[in-house]
Amino acid sequence: MITVLYFASLRESLGRSSEQIALPATVHDLESLRALLVARGGAWEGGLAPGRPVRAAVNQAMAHGDTRIADGDEVAFFPPVTGG
Amino acid sequence: MTVKIQTADFDVSTEIAALRRGNPKVGAVASFVGVVRDTNDGGTVAAMTLEHYPGMTEKAIEEIIGQARSRWNVLNVLVIHRVGQLRPLDQIVLVVVAGEHRGEAFAACEFIMDYLKTRAPFWKKEQTGKGARWVEARQTDDIAAERWRLKG
Repeated sequence: MITVLYFASLRESLGRSSEQIALPATVHDLESLRALLVARGGAWEGGLAPGRPVRAAVNQAMAHGDTRIADGDEVAFFPPVTGG
Repeated sequence: MTVKIQTADFDVSTEIAALRRGNPKVGAVASFVGVVRDTNDGGTVAAMTLEHYPGMTEKAIEEIIGQARSRWNVLNVLVIHRVGQLRPLDQIVLVVVAGEHRGEAFAACEFIMDYLKTRAPFWKKEQTGKGARWVEARQTDDIAAERWRLKG
């Protein structure tokens, strides 16, 4: 299982702030996890489809499509940051 | 080095005094205060809510401070960032850098702020006359952060 967190406008459009996902064998990195979520369709496709302005972190460090994901990881998806 | 994420307001002179207390090597203290404005993108802002990613936000700012310390000789750094609901005139963020000389303190303070704007996970949602809206990231902030990569 991994924990997936969603923040800000993405949290609102997806209607949830976190979930537990059992990793299928096809998911081994951030890109394949994102594809799994996009395949849910609807708001998931609208918010996470390729080209959408989404940033991601794995275990609380900024990550990219080829960042590996393993059981026990904490993954987060969010829009570009706007603090300060 | 201190990083605080809090809902409470802060007092700049109290924080600066604490940062340099008892350290006679400090010859310069540079600080930046970010404040909530009542307008943004042509609309009126009545209030805003700041959301963050507990845990990662602190780590990201500590990482930015670490980069600043590797580039400039600074003696101490404090970053306070508020979260929750804020109103126009409220203070949002404080960056204080204490160093031996002003040049390095100024540069490190600006660097930390520019990197915080583009790398620390915070998100602003504004309450405006036309309803609530999430603030969109600005390309000018990316440019401000990027120029530090070009400086030696």
